Amino acid sequence: MSNTTQSNIIQALNAALHDAMEMDPKVLVLGEEVGDFEEGGIVGVTKGLSTKFGDNRVRSTPISEQAIIGAAIGASLAGYRPVAEIMLMNFTTVAMDMIINHAAKLRFMSGGQTNVPIVIRTATGTGLSTGGQHCDYLEAWFAHTPGLKVVAPSNAADAYGLLLSCIQDDDPCIFIENIPSYWVPSAAPERGVAIPLGKARIARAGEDISVVTHSRLVGEALAAAELLSADGISAEVIDLRTISPWDRETVLNSVRKTGRALVVHEAVKEFGIGAEIASEIGEHLFGHLKAPVKRLGGAFSPVPFSKPLESAYAPTRTDIETRIRAMLRHEAV
Amino acid sequence: MRNLPKPDPATLVDIYRKMTLIKQNDERSIKIVKSGRLVMPYYSPRGQEVIPSAISVNLTDEDYVCTIYRGIHDMLAKGFPLNDLWAEIAGRETGTCKGKGGPMHLTYPSKGVMVTTGIVGSSMPIANGLGWASQLSGDKRVTIANFGDGAANIGAFHESLNMAGLWKLPVVFVCQNNRYAEHTSFRNSTAVEKLASRAAGYGMPGYTVDGNDPDEMYGIANIAIERARSGEGPTLIEAITFRFNGHVLGDAGGYIDKAEKAAAVAADPVPKLRARLIAEGLASEEALASIEHQIELDLDAAVAFALGSPYPDIAELKRDVFAHELA
Repeated sequence: MSNTTQSNIIQALNAALHDAMEMDPKVLVLGEEVGDFEEGGIVGVTKGLSTKFGDNRVRSTPISEQAIIGAAIGASLAGYRPVAEIMLMNFTTVAMDMIINHAAKLRFMSGGQTNVPIVIRTATGTGLSTGGQHCDYLEAWFAHTPGLKVVAPSNAADAYGLLLSCIQDDDPCIFIENIPSYWVPSAAPERGVAIPLGKARIARAGEDISVVTHSRLVGEALAAAELLSADGISAEVIDLRTISPWDRETVLNSVRKTGRALVVHEAVKEFGIGAEIASEIGEHLFGHLKAPVKRLGGAFSPVPFSKPLESAYAPTRTDIETRIRAMLRHEAV
Repeated sequence: MRNLPKPDPATLVDIYRKMTLIKQNDERSIKIVKSGRLVMPYYSPRGQEVIPSAISVNLTDEDYVCTIYRGIHDMLAKGFPLNDLWAEIAGRETGTCKGKGGPMHLTYPSKGVMVTTGIVGSSMPIANGLGWASQLSGDKRVTIANFGDGAANIGAFHESLNMAGLWKLPVVFVCQNNRYAEHTSFRNSTAVEKLASRAAGYGMPGYTVDGNDPDEMYGIANIAIERARSGEGPTLIEAITFRFNGHVLGDAGGYIDKAEKAAAVAADPVPKLRARLIAEGLASEEALASIEHQIELDLDAAVAFALGSPYPDIAELKRDVFAHELA
């Protein structure tokens, strides 16, 4: 239960890291600029941690993504719970061998003799004019890899509770933070309370259509739902919270009720997680559907720099609203 | 090199025992694969027996080893039990990884064999993490990161050695320079003559040694391991050796210089140490023959155990993906 105190995602993540480190001496933090000498990260998520817990447990690293993830994996094999920060999601590409070939697979390949309880925190998102290499959503790549859990909070309370769960989880978790959402005020988290992985949240209840989304676009979907409600259209908004393993039960129950589903994400639509979710809905609920399942996603292009192009890249509240109206009118779009 | 610690006679015999185990295990592996009773990619370590044998006698079971697809010698020297190993490479449920890892991913934490990777260069970043853990807990463990001359040219080498040097991690980087990175010769792939010279760029000592000389290998390993254990930081050892076989079983190695190979095989380190032990009166012919015979018996038993074990249940596909099986 959240109280009415306001917080933001940066403060929530900082609190989660602080509380996890205080609860468990095996929790470590490493990454570029995470220490206080380097100002506790580019937006201050790790501020204060190295001062309180020391430079051994909170280590600023060289710009060496493979070595960062490798160090996290190795320390986890020896019983620690490292939280590694890869500053931006595009930079995970430099460490993909460590993440995909090692972190994700060591439990299985060792027959369960070893495991890799690490968290990889990484940030992304369009809207800050950063162009093609600083704001991609790559969650589908990770969700396509058995052995990785993929988590993406949309607000401060979830950021806190989900990060706490990821740190306490015995498997490697990719924790995706949206940069433009970092400073958006929302209800403060309840300290010490973890939010279970694999459980979606019904962000707004509705009857006519289920909108399945995550991260920043939860806010866009809620705004669209509010606009639609003025015309008597009742949209249910589901915040996945965990992308893999995703909460089929909550999504399928919702769509069984509403008969319509729209999956929305900022990542490129083609081969995105929306394809998997839409496909599962179709396989399980064919007879219940009043309309084809639809998807909205990023354009099939690198993220552009020019402002009008960047603004047209990712789905907006207007795109969601328009698409829902069309689906309810049974229009082909 | 001057003033290196020397192995005592019992240690030398122990080194020979490990080398012989590696050699005989290699011969048995090739025989079994060629007979068709076992299907696996096999990366022979033949010719490189001295390196892990002379290192391991300086280690305890608690010390960690990270190795690569050509790493069965590293594992056997560290004490990986034969039955578990053979059942694993046969893909049986009695294997150490329940048959799910195979020859390129053998793991045995109770002897410190923490990671075996099939990716060139990837032993090093993970070894750093094990070293960081030891540094944090103060458990005095040392981590050995094995890799080849090919891996010294991949980015992970640079990132890892820089971080280890910066953090003074208790890691010994052991480059087993067998002169060929898959099919590519050392001279065609590497801009420097001695890989150990790169250590200067990472703030750690680097040594190029004859990796087929048990005394030299033992001595330098002893120095590097003690340096790591006492908290002084990492070392890069370039151990010069030679891969007697092709990259993988089935590769005849036509790209290997014939004269170079003939010279290396003529200087086969296993019979060489055997002859020396007898000549110097450190072990009798009978004692060594007994060691060799016992290894053959152990291999007979391991192969029988492996091939007589059942395959894993198909349900294993879903297990160990996560801590808890998904519905």
